[in-house]
Amino acid sequence: MSAPLLQVRGLTKRFGGFVALDGIQVHVGPGERLGLIGPNGSGKTTLINCISGALFNDEGSIQFDGQDITRMPPHRRARLGVARSFQIPRPFRSMTVLENLRVPLEYAARSRAGQRRVIDEAMELLESIGLRHCAQQNSAGLTQVDMRKLELARALAAKPRLLVSDEAMAGLSSAEVDEILEILLALNRRGVAVIMIEHIMRAVMRFSQRIVVLDAGHKIAEGTPDEIVNNPDVERAYLGE
Amino acid sequence: MFSADLLANAVVAGILLGGFYAAVAIGLAIVFGQLDIVNIAHPAFIIVGAYIAYILNSRFGFDPVLVGLLAAPAFFVVGALIYRVYFLAFERTGQESLSGLAFFFGVMFIIEVVLILIYGVDYRLVQADYIGQTWRIGFVDFPLRMLVPFAVATALTAAIYTFMSRTFMGRAIQAVAQDRLALQLMGADPVRIKQWAFGLGIATAAIAGSLLIVIGPVEPSVGRLYIGRAFAIVVLGGMGSIKGMFIAALILGIVESMVSTFAGPSWSPAVAFGLLALTLALRPAGLFGRR
Amino acid sequence: MKSAAFWGALVAIFASGLALTAVLENEYYYNALYLILQATLMAVAWNVLGGFTGYVNFGSAAFFALGAYTTVALNKALGLPLPLLILAGGAVGGLVGFGLGYLTLRLKGVYFAIATLAMAIVIETFISNWSYVGGARGSYMLTPEKHLWFDSYIQMLFMVMLLLTLVAVAISRMLSSSRLGRGLAAIRDDEVAAESAGVPTLRLKLVSTTVMGAMMGVAGAPFPYFVTFVDPVSAFNLFIAVNAIAMPMIGGTGHWIGPVIGALLVGTTQEIVKVTVSSELNVLIVGVMLVVFITLAPQGIIGLLQKRWKRKP
Repeated sequence: MSAPLLQVRGLTKRFGGFVALDGIQVHVGPGERLGLIGPNGSGKTTLINCISGALFNDEGSIQFDGQDITRMPPHRRARLGVARSFQIPRPFRSMTVLENLRVPLEYAARSRAGQRRVIDEAMELLESIGLRHCAQQNSAGLTQVDMRKLELARALAAKPRLLVSDEAMAGLSSAEVDEILEILLALNRRGVAVIMIEHIMRAVMRFSQRIVVLDAGHKIAEGTPDEIVNNPDVERAYLGE
Repeated sequence: MFSADLLANAVVAGILLGGFYAAVAIGLAIVFGQLDIVNIAHPAFIIVGAYIAYILNSRFGFDPVLVGLLAAPAFFVVGALIYRVYFLAFERTGQESLSGLAFFFGVMFIIEVVLILIYGVDYRLVQADYIGQTWRIGFVDFPLRMLVPFAVATALTAAIYTFMSRTFMGRAIQAVAQDRLALQLMGADPVRIKQWAFGLGIATAAIAGSLLIVIGPVEPSVGRLYIGRAFAIVVLGGMGSIKGMFIAALILGIVESMVSTFAGPSWSPAVAFGLLALTLALRPAGLFGRR
Repeated sequence: MKSAAFWGALVAIFASGLALTAVLENEYYYNALYLILQATLMAVAWNVLGGFTGYVNFGSAAFFALGAYTTVALNKALGLPLPLLILAGGAVGGLVGFGLGYLTLRLKGVYFAIATLAMAIVIETFISNWSYVGGARGSYMLTPEKHLWFDSYIQMLFMVMLLLTLVAVAISRMLSSSRLGRGLAAIRDDEVAAESAGVPTLRLKLVSTTVMGAMMGVAGAPFPYFVTFVDPVSAFNLFIAVNAIAMPMIGGTGHWIGPVIGALLVGTTQEIVKVTVSSELNVLIVGVMLVVFITLAPQGIIGLLQKRWKRKP
């Protein structure tokens, strides 16, 4: 088995007296598709905040591609290849859709970018994600699904090797869910590892090669989609005793 | 140099001063500590309160502290109005950070300039029987011009603390910052509650102003010295805690008094900023912070 | 604005300034123009931090005063010529800007703003106690003997300030349309998202505070020659700080030309009021304009114009 791209060991995060994550151990292989599920409040978003650097964990370590990134600020992790989309989209509101993509292209992707002009790349990216028609539109005025796509596009523009998608499909229609799913699968086919956090089970089941289940800050199960579906602990976590 | 009575006097003076500082900071503790509104014009309102006490005291001989208490309801109304404007212009559109700060900066500036235009830059003071007197216990002095403000400020803090924890409106104010949605679901109007809170904050400025001019003479730019003190106290005490604010005010008063006695009075303004910097560096939640 | 048009405009304005000095003799106008230009330079500088990143600096007067007092000190110690004094003022301002940023930019925006107030008070206290530059009593500066080919030294000072202001505007425009400027805009829009997009937010913010501090120091450097008597009250004047905030906010912080528009509008109004009504009332006007504009037109004049243009088909 090849060395994992992302290795999280013993990760603990506290907010005052509240333990949000307790000794979490997770790994993601290069190009792997990992699903991360769990009831609300189980710590999924906190975990990816720690992985992306938006929060610093209290205990434990995070290694990316063999490097210890535990204390690295978010922008350096982005440059190394860790990208994340936000659960509630956070577009750069004073900029157009195209300009939104320029930022990660010029900053996060800089170290590994080719010689092509940034704008061309941005347009290509918009094309691949179905947003080309609103390239010159102000990002604050987009529809819900387009904003989600822009959020993903921005993460893609960082040319990541690991993408964390945080509930990108919440509240979308069935057709829109499939659209997003296709985008993520296409990205994965190019070799990018993806951690998908979702509540939409059919998407998670279809997408993931492996699933990790969190509940109240603990990892309670890990395995293939079939194993997880049949796991009594998981059922209990979601439905209660 | 280091004598017991010098030290004792410095500490006592510091406690009395600290009590007064609580009156200065309590309005900000409500408005900034609980509502996150950065009203840097708060000290300017205190100066207005001081001038009103001066006017009525020099014209009619009213006791300044009494003037402060009588003026408080008027200040409450003004505060509510100002919040309305602030809400309509900034909070509703999400522009609080840059524009809101600049708004209050502009208000502070206007207040200071208007006062200068009307009253000039001369120092103003009030006359009252107790201002010249000093009580003595052993070798420790209790100047009444400090003791009376200390007593009033402590009473004010206790009153507001009780209000916050025992009345519906008080608890609603504490709740509105923490969970606006839940408050709406319970049928309360967050805007009206914030308006109440802001009005209350400005009302305390009327009282604090009257105490200020009892302690010493006042001129329009004096308010700026208190911006740092007020914010330092609220942050050190912990955002949202009235109890913490009072303790922090006492701490600031004592440290300032010691510094002033042993290192010289020109260093006093720096103490507040030093404490603020230390708090933010070591324990940003403050002593009793809720976050 | 296309590059060619922009640089052409700058050259044209500079040339007009030169032409003016050849035909106009009344010193009053140069006085007024100097002050308006000084305010413009301060406004442009303020906007490099405030408009580009959203961090509010309340202590602009301190950077300005640092530039002025650097001139006083160096002139007394070494008798340096004006260009070097300007560079020195910029260096000191930039250094202090960097230091301030380094200490406080990790904090939330509101604490940064309070820190700028603190810094202003601390610096003013130090200078008021520094007897070498006159302390609280103030210091006299002799008007410069050499004023090149101009009729008087005030004309020369006017041209110096014009040149400095044009350079500052050019720098500001360059910053806003560069990769750096786009990073700063991302920080202003959403600092957390910017970090995730790979923007080194702390580093960029530091660049902003340093550039702002340097520009303000440069603005203050010729001031002692202009007023001939410098004291802490005049140098650290709150009026300077309010103007530095009000002018960009009135003009519009989102665009590099906003502070220029705001400064020209407000500055000219102030000069007119000073002469026609009274100079005390003049001070009040900027405060009122600031509050009125912020409340009714938060995007400033630029914002109003943009809204009008969008409505036209």
